[in-house]
Amino acid sequence: MNRAKIKRRKRLSILLLGFIAISTSGFLILSASRDSLIFFYSPTELMEKQDIAEKVIRIGGLVREKSIISKGQLKIEFIVEDGENHILVYYVGMLPDLFREGQGVICEGKMGKNGIFRANKILAKHDEKYMPPEVADALKKTGKWKGVEEKNDY
Amino acid sequence: MIIELGHFFLALALSISIFQFLLPALGVKFNSYGMMRSASITAFISFILVFLSFLSLVYAYITSDFSVSLVAKNSHSLKPLIYKISGVWGNHEGSLLLWVLILTFYSAAVAILGRRLPLKLISLVLSCQGLIAVAFISFILFTSNPFIRLFFPNIEGEGFNPILQDFGLAIHPPFLYLGYVGLSVTFSFSIAALLIGKVDTIWVKWVRPWTLIAWVFLTVGIALGSWWAYRELGWGGWWFWDPVENASFMPWLAATALLHSSIVAEKRDTLKAWTILLAIIAFSFSLLGTFIVRSGVLISVHSFASDPSRGLYILLLLIFFTGGGLALFAKKAPYLKSGGLFKPLSREGALVINNIIFASAAATVLLGTLYPIFIDAINNSKVSVGPPYFEAVFIPLMVPAILLCAFSPMLSWKRAVIENIIERIIAVFICALFLASIIIIMNDGSASAFLGLFLGFWLICGTLYEFFIKVGIKLSFKIFIQRALNLPRSAYGMSVAHIGVAIFIIGVTVSSAWRIDIEKPIILGEKTIVKDIEITFKSIKRVTGPNWNADRGEFEIITSNRDKHFLYPERRFYPASQVNTSEPAIMSGIFSDLYIVLGESRDNSDSYALRIYYSPFISWIWFGILLMAIGGVLSLSDRKHRLGYDLKRV
Repeated sequence: MNRAKIKRRKRLSILLLGFIAISTSGFLILSASRDSLIFFYSPTELMEKQDIAEKVIRIGGLVREKSIISKGQLKIEFIVEDGENHILVYYVGMLPDLFREGQGVICEGKMGKNGIFRANKILAKHDEKYMPPEVADALKKTGKWKGVEEKNDY
Repeated sequence: MIIELGHFFLALALSISIFQFLLPALGVKFNSYGMMRSASITAFISFILVFLSFLSLVYAYITSDFSVSLVAKNSHSLKPLIYKISGVWGNHEGSLLLWVLILTFYSAAVAILGRRLPLKLISLVLSCQGLIAVAFISFILFTSNPFIRLFFPNIEGEGFNPILQDFGLAIHPPFLYLGYVGLSVTFSFSIAALLIGKVDTIWVKWVRPWTLIAWVFLTVGIALGSWWAYRELGWGGWWFWDPVENASFMPWLAATALLHSSIVAEKRDTLKAWTILLAIIAFSFSLLGTFIVRSGVLISVHSFASDPSRGLYILLLLIFFTGGGLALFAKKAPYLKSGGLFKPLSREGALVINNIIFASAAATVLLGTLYPIFIDAINNSKVSVGPPYFEAVFIPLMVPAILLCAFSPMLSWKRAVIENIIERIIAVFICALFLASIIIIMNDGSASAFLGLFLGFWLICGTLYEFFIKVGIKLSFKIFIQRALNLPRSAYGMSVAHIGVAIFIIGVTVSSAWRIDIEKPIILGEKTIVKDIEITFKSIKRVTGPNWNADRGEFEIITSNRDKHFLYPERRFYPASQVNTSEPAIMSGIFSDLYIVLGESRDNSDSYALRIYYSPFISWIWFGILLMAIGGVLSLSDRKHRLGYDLKRV
């Protein structure tokens, strides 16, 4: 093997090593800092969880019919259910366009000590036919899934 | 009838593409001139057929032919014409047809512009393009056929997701796909070069314009998407690290690395194996992006199409092309001859670091994007990776890249002497430090705002300084202008693109550091004040649009210098799809945007929810990205980058 070839191979391996080193550090950051990972639970799964206080999580399900109560000054309360269990959600702020009773919803926030979920973000999807995949999964788990698998275009 | 013709043409295009794949490959093997030559013809015919097929679908949309299942599902007779047309690619089947149309367009362009290239090379390139076309056309025909008729035609279409009725979004997919699919050309060139076993600077010269074209379109496409998200989604944000956004960002990062490594490959005849590897990776990211968007494996705010069988097919394509490309690379790369050697401190060295950083950035984005799939597979729990992760890994990676970007053009090739440039670096450093400090002190900014501003100014000062030195300092004004005009356009391209990056950084920094968010209930007639701007809720009216009706609020805006403006945010209702949307109203300026979203009225009173964002310098973000793209176009217009440039005449 001539010198140029060795040198070139060395250079390529340095490139790859640098690349691997930086990517690994990304992986370490991801597994170390649990804050950047947001777990999703259905109301039923939430019942079984103990260690979730003070952690930002997402919950999802259907907004129960006639459960939305406006408390003035953009404060609102509603119930999210998955057919078996339910949870009361408290939120202050503007609601997404597609938020409504009987629709799928995802709330991001923290579990309060009083058993009320304090959401700081409400995600409802752009398309009203759409069911968030996690919510659909959660409903399937409890056997309350009624809809057909909706295909969404775009 | 026209629809059936379209279907037929597409099926015909599949068989032609099979010839486009097989004949030139066999021609190279058996050294048959005729078989190799056939590639240009089949590529061209295939493009015409796919184009006609695409036109027939456009025709079905324009005439609102609701006997076609796809049109019935996604269109509506009351839609404005432009959104009827953009509706063609506003769904899974149509967007794949657009993908294939662009693929065959690129193949035909390569066939025509590459006439002067060595026949063996161009035949293999077109053969590889043909194989990609075969894979995607059969994907459309067998899993996502847009030409299927309904047994009982619908009277009216089922409408269209109203949030997609936006001009920015209408042209976003074509631009993005021109970028994604443009990378297939670089991929095919790399495969061809590996098969032939020869990569020289001439090869790089041929490939570089295609990379530039793809990169420019990808840049514009991403910018259009983010601009749409900003204006339409009503969150005042422009980037959410959403899986679908990441899907377009990863190929961009790889293509950016590729652009820079091919400079070294072209000028110094080295880093060639790496350049080829990047080309394979960049196209793989394009396929991965298509897979992520089209399979719906990832949770996304975009709520895109999801169908597991289609996802599986694209995943198999991804594995085939990526795996095949990498295997070929592993087998052939060690035999590529390498040229110039260089010291770590040199222009080459700086570009190598740039490449490591960009490749790593792409890898970390990939990791964050796919992590939820691993977690779901391992312990069946749903998880999403939030912006904190991406910000934690991405920003630290980009800081050294920007620091390097300002002075690496000042380094000389092969071996740079630090003494020669140290004074310049210090001058640029002091200048940037001074400018950033003044702004931070005057506006009471944070440490991270300081870092962002410093990087922005550092890059602007460094780029301008480098430009002046390149032209020549201590010259009379007239000679300076003369020499500046004589600089090659690619030199301008680089400077403009880098300044675009700097302006982008300043826009991002200022708009996030000094942004004001207000969310409050507002009563008719009420006045609220944001940063010396008076906002009065004047009235609310019922208005009717082509396929929607809306409550339109009127807000009077009085700026600090007593200028009067009106903003009209709307809450629209689309009866066809029974969907509410809010249309933000934005007062856009060079130095700040005022962004108002009218929310729902609760308790049926005169009280409405209102969201106000005051974002300084946010338009600089898109202006910066636009400059990057302009830089790319300038570079492309350089004589030496002309497509299919006849090198024999040099």
